[in-house]
Amino acid sequence: MPVLAWQPIAAIARGVQDGSLKAADLVAQALAAIDGQSDFAAIIATTPGRASQRAAEIDVRVAKGEQVGRLAGVPFIAKDNFLVFGAETTAASNILRGFTAPYLATAIEKLEAEGAICVAKANLDAFAHGSSTENSDFMTTKNPHDPTRVPGGSSGGSAAAVMLNMAPFALGTDTGGSIRLPASFTGAVGYKPTYGLVSRSGIVAMASSTDVVGPLTRTVADAALVLDVMAGQDSLDSTTIARDAEGYVLDEATDVRGKKIGVVAEYMGEGLQPGVKTQIDEAIAKLKQAGAEVIDVSMPTLPLALAVYYVLCPAEVSSNLSRYDGQRYGFTAKEAKTLDESIKQSRSQGFGKEAKRRIMIGTYVLSSGYYDAYYKRAQTVRTKLINEFAEAFEKVDFLLGPTSPTVAFKIGENTSDPLQMYLTDIMTVASNLTGNPAISIPAGTSEGLPVGLQLIGAQKADKQLLQIAQATEGILG
Amino acid sequence: MADLSRDDVVKLAALARLELSEEEIAEYSQELTAILHYVEQLQNVDVAGLQPTNQVTGLTNVMRDDEVQDYGYDAKDLLKNVPTVENDQIKVKRMIG
Repeated sequence: MPVLAWQPIAAIARGVQDGSLKAADLVAQALAAIDGQSDFAAIIATTPGRASQRAAEIDVRVAKGEQVGRLAGVPFIAKDNFLVFGAETTAASNILRGFTAPYLATAIEKLEAEGAICVAKANLDAFAHGSSTENSDFMTTKNPHDPTRVPGGSSGGSAAAVMLNMAPFALGTDTGGSIRLPASFTGAVGYKPTYGLVSRSGIVAMASSTDVVGPLTRTVADAALVLDVMAGQDSLDSTTIARDAEGYVLDEATDVRGKKIGVVAEYMGEGLQPGVKTQIDEAIAKLKQAGAEVIDVSMPTLPLALAVYYVLCPAEVSSNLSRYDGQRYGFTAKEAKTLDESIKQSRSQGFGKEAKRRIMIGTYVLSSGYYDAYYKRAQTVRTKLINEFAEAFEKVDFLLGPTSPTVAFKIGENTSDPLQMYLTDIMTVASNLTGNPAISIPAGTSEGLPVGLQLIGAQKADKQLLQIAQATEGILG
Repeated sequence: MADLSRDDVVKLAALARLELSEEEIAEYSQELTAILHYVEQLQNVDVAGLQPTNQVTGLTNVMRDDEVQDYGYDAKDLLKNVPTVENDQIKVKRMIG
């Protein structure tokens, strides 16, 4: 069966609702696309039983004349750090291999309530620690444009799956760039909402002060629709914020005319690949031509964001991963004699290299004697960064820059030096630390590989950001 | 802040409930030192008058009424993942060696 491109999500749902499309056929199409392209290693597991059952139910409901919902019969793929009831959820880690989700992530519950169908779980860097999926304990996902290159990470499986037409959309999580970077590397749209806009209940925690849930899609309109379904407060995640009364669906086209867009000077300088710069400059020129008011913005603390992140993220990781003790779930070492030995051995044998590395750094920066110098210091520089963002948004409506300084790199190119790998997040981490929404949309190619344009909005201005992103998408064609 | 010694790494591993091989200890001493050197640039930033940020959207304590809520989780589903169960309870190794 040839791999077919998917229609816009709203059109698929309409088709299922009016009976011209069958949910069962859509699930079959998704599963066939997954099976036929397993070489890309985008998918850890499919959930055919649950998906087929849900599809059959939806088709019966449609036949009875019931309204199924805004995502009726639309297949999707969840990153494997989302709990899907009854399905294995591994976070691509050996320590969670065989773990069966005892409940359902709120984000997925909301999507399913509107008729969407989860068909598979996508690969990621184990526990979402990474920028390439090379830290997956199972396999490395290949970039759909060049299988010798990484798809970006950590939501690399989700991004690759969307670009390989395995499903109309996929879910990712973004802690330091994990939705936007793979979107940039694969040519997808990747949306990171304002911190707290989507519930994280039922998602394997990485760094709780920056973790967000968001969609990977082919178009901004699709991302907005998926966000609209997932957004809002949840009693199971007390960090959630209220949704915008108007919602996030993009009904009418917006114009960039008169919009003030700030080009971030710190993102356009040193280290930027010339081919990436050319595409971003071209996008800026087109935005100006279309009537946007583009000005240069300088945020001097931005170059420090990565250092702040690589103190705070490991600190929170070490705390969140302390629950993996081998006693209640997950991998357990068999040969231990005492509880302490069992905990130590389970963790040592179950965690991969990067998880251990982050646990160690986190433990160090939180340990007595170093807490003030590292952790508290980083949280204070974070305030400085937040203040600079707030100042910038007094002058402009949106910030603009590349999503990544480079196009997708070769598999193995950055694995020998963890610090080099961390640097790939340099343009994405700041908005995680400040909680601002950000999006990566495709902006042409460099040497045949996709370039991502990043737009950042003011906190809670998700709708406005999606509108300008859609307008920009139209201008860039 | 100095480089991480072998002893530092061993101590950290113990705090984090990890057992490391000699090879891992050597590798992490080097890598962690490099990462800590990178984040040291934060020491030179002027943060006079600034407070640390712990929550970015302005939420403070989020309270609810102290009432039991049924979220529909089934104890059986939760126990399915437990390595050793006895009488519906989680069994662990003895605590004193």
